Amino acid sequence: MTHLPTSSAPPPGTGTAVLPAQPAQPPQAPQGRAEPQPRRTAFAEGVDRLRAAATTEPGRLRIIGAVLALLVVAFGAVTAWQMTERADAADDVLTSSQPLSSDAADIYRSLADANTAASSGFLAGGQETATSRDRYEKNIRTAAEKLVNAAANSDPDSPSATTIAELNRLLPEYKGLVERARTYNRQGFPVGGAYLRYANEKMQQQMLPAAEDLYKKENQRLRADYADATPYPWAAIALGVAALAALAWAQHRNYRRTNRVLNHGLVAATATATVVLLWLVVGHSIARAGLNDSYDHGVRSLNVLHDARLASLKARGNENLTLVARGAETKKVGEETYDAYDYDFRAEMKALAAYLEDAEKLADDTSGERPVTAAVGNMTEWKKRHTAAREQDENGNYQRALGMVIGTKDATGECFDSVDENLRTALAHEETEFKQAADDGRDALTGLSAGAAVLAVLGAAGAVLGMGRRLSEYR
Amino acid sequence: MRARRLRASLRGWGGVTAMAVVCALVAVFALCVPLSHSDVVDGEAVTQATRVTAEKAEEDCEAPEKQTLSPSSADGDTIKAIKNREGEKRKLIVGVDQNSYRWGYRDPNSGRTAELEGFDIDLVHRIAEDILGDPDAVQFKAIPTDQRIPAIQDGRVDMVVRTMTINCDRIKDVAFSAPYFKTGQQVLAPKSSPIKGYDDTLAGRRICTAAGSTAYSTLEEDQKDGTLPATTDISGTVPNQLDCLVRLQLGEADAVVTDGALAASQAAQDPTVQLKGDAFTAEYYGVAMKKDADDLVRRVNQILVDYREDTANGWQASYGKWLSATLGKDAKKSEPPAPQYRRTT
Repeated sequence: MTHLPTSSAPPPGTGTAVLPAQPAQPPQAPQGRAEPQPRRTAFAEGVDRLRAAATTEPGRLRIIGAVLALLVVAFGAVTAWQMTERADAADDVLTSSQPLSSDAADIYRSLADANTAASSGFLAGGQETATSRDRYEKNIRTAAEKLVNAAANSDPDSPSATTIAELNRLLPEYKGLVERARTYNRQGFPVGGAYLRYANEKMQQQMLPAAEDLYKKENQRLRADYADATPYPWAAIALGVAALAALAWAQHRNYRRTNRVLNHGLVAATATATVVLLWLVVGHSIARAGLNDSYDHGVRSLNVLHDARLASLKARGNENLTLVARGAETKKVGEETYDAYDYDFRAEMKALAAYLEDAEKLADDTSGERPVTAAVGNMTEWKKRHTAAREQDENGNYQRALGMVIGTKDATGECFDSVDENLRTALAHEETEFKQAADDGRDALTGLSAGAAVLAVLGAAGAVLGMGRRLSEYR
Repeated sequence: MRARRLRASLRGWGGVTAMAVVCALVAVFALCVPLSHSDVVDGEAVTQATRVTAEKAEEDCEAPEKQTLSPSSADGDTIKAIKNREGEKRKLIVGVDQNSYRWGYRDPNSGRTAELEGFDIDLVHRIAEDILGDPDAVQFKAIPTDQRIPAIQDGRVDMVVRTMTINCDRIKDVAFSAPYFKTGQQVLAPKSSPIKGYDDTLAGRRICTAAGSTAYSTLEEDQKDGTLPATTDISGTVPNQLDCLVRLQLGEADAVVTDGALAASQAAQDPTVQLKGDAFTAEYYGVAMKKDADDLVRRVNQILVDYREDTANGWQASYGKWLSATLGKDAKKSEPPAPQYRRTT
């Protein structure tokens, strides 16, 4: 029954048969240092040995068994490694980079809003109201809290950490200037206004650009994490296919030589490798779908909404500054001369409109769409009221214009607040959607790495045992 | 053999070092010779140039405060254009300051609206009343110091009433009224500061001025001709003179140079700073208007004559209300000289 080996060499000890040839060399080499032949490498010797082993059937079986075990273990190891990497990235998306990107947007928002609240207080002319003071304090507190959070979550040497440190340094400086402004304002001295201008300059020229920079950096990090989590694990898949092909070939060879259909070890190895490969492909596909979904329906919406919120804040800041500067700064575009701040206001409103349109398109359900549509309505009303206020200001009715911008009734401030509130609602909704999708994606990867590793070891053991059983027939 | 190689390589390095030394020497010569040379030439050129411009300026512009048109109440094209503004827009557009304590500012404690008020603002209301019949027919535009002339030239404002000094440079670009106030540049510093006035005690100090102010151009010229120590840092400029007080309090500047009238306003807001030394220039504030607005200039001059004569509600009353607290009860040293109208065209 047993297929006889085709080679004529004696089965055992073939591996060592080549070795005695080597010691014969040294005696014929008294020529000094110059070596005629370089020393043979271990690799070359190994190849020779293998070649010699391959001439006998047990040798071949040993080699096949080793290769199969190696392939299955490599498959498991690469799967574990690649999926750990992807699972970590997916985890980062959910627990670190997305929250940090949102935090960065919040830092910007709080700082800009605090500054607007402070300058509105000044604009009002008299002493600041309790509302504007509370708003300012609340925003400063939020910014400080988020900064601490961002600092704790950033790598110490990353560019984000530098920006966060800079913001942490500037925030108390800014706050100090505003406090002095308040004190002088209480005493009725215009130097209070000068302090507020200085604080505003610090905010506009140093802090807000730094916060925007942080937001951009965190967004890049988020995109990088997505890029790490979603690509197909081609190396693992290729190895899996190779391992399965090798197992199939080995079993086919067995069948041809021995007419035995099933070798338990090899079947077990094939089964585990198939399970790992299926798990890998299906698990990753689900994870990928979840993550892509979280990006398309979560992150993209979130980004557009954050951008819209920042645009509305900038527009509001410029609207206030138009009244603070009272036409002092102008900008020439082509032939026309515009009020510099009003020009910027209109640019930001245009950007806001574009972002809101995008957000409306991206919103995929009514509860996501509703606040965005409401914000669009607020924006339209804001533009209308703003035009009316500008007209008053251009006619020299400064006080009336002021009332129409920062007043308590029917002012543009109301519209801005509504836009902000609606965007906040929309952001909260998209954040939930993002979390759900990303959570699903991440969960699909749970246990994959460890499972692949364990199954691969079992599979390799099966392959070795299976081949060992065949080998034992030669004793 | 090894030693020789070492020597050879040393020689190689020696050659390189020697070349480097020669290069450095050449560079030093190249830099020094023209530098010391041009120093002399440029120095001469500069002094010559300043002398020439000074002479030329003196030729063209003797006593700039007298280069204005004689008063008249007649309406010309400019005034007609202002009066023809329709509806809500029938207002005089005036560039003012909202940062000069007691000159043009908003008092946060004056009431809910905190409108602009001060000595300059009183004058603006008077002019509006005279031209348009309503003291409140004014549209105020707050403009930074260095925007005063562009704002007039671009027609963004009809006039600027903003503690603006009449000087030879400016009368090339805008037309001034007769002077309505007399002041001079003065140094402001913390009481504890070793700075004693406009002298050598300013050496190595940082002086803050408003960009585009007479204070800055005076410092620039004085530093060129050596009146002001060369080590004084005058590079710190800000949009408004009041921003200098902020810099001073934050320790970002050691002293402020501005018109005495404004320096007194700053000192009034911070008891730890004081005026150091006397005014080192004599200057006059005037109302600035467009170069060709002859009828408006004549009209403002007429208004100023009436304003000075009006003791109940005019110049004296306004001084008493806004400035006597910071500049002293006696208005003598702030009163402008009797106006002279030497400009004919």
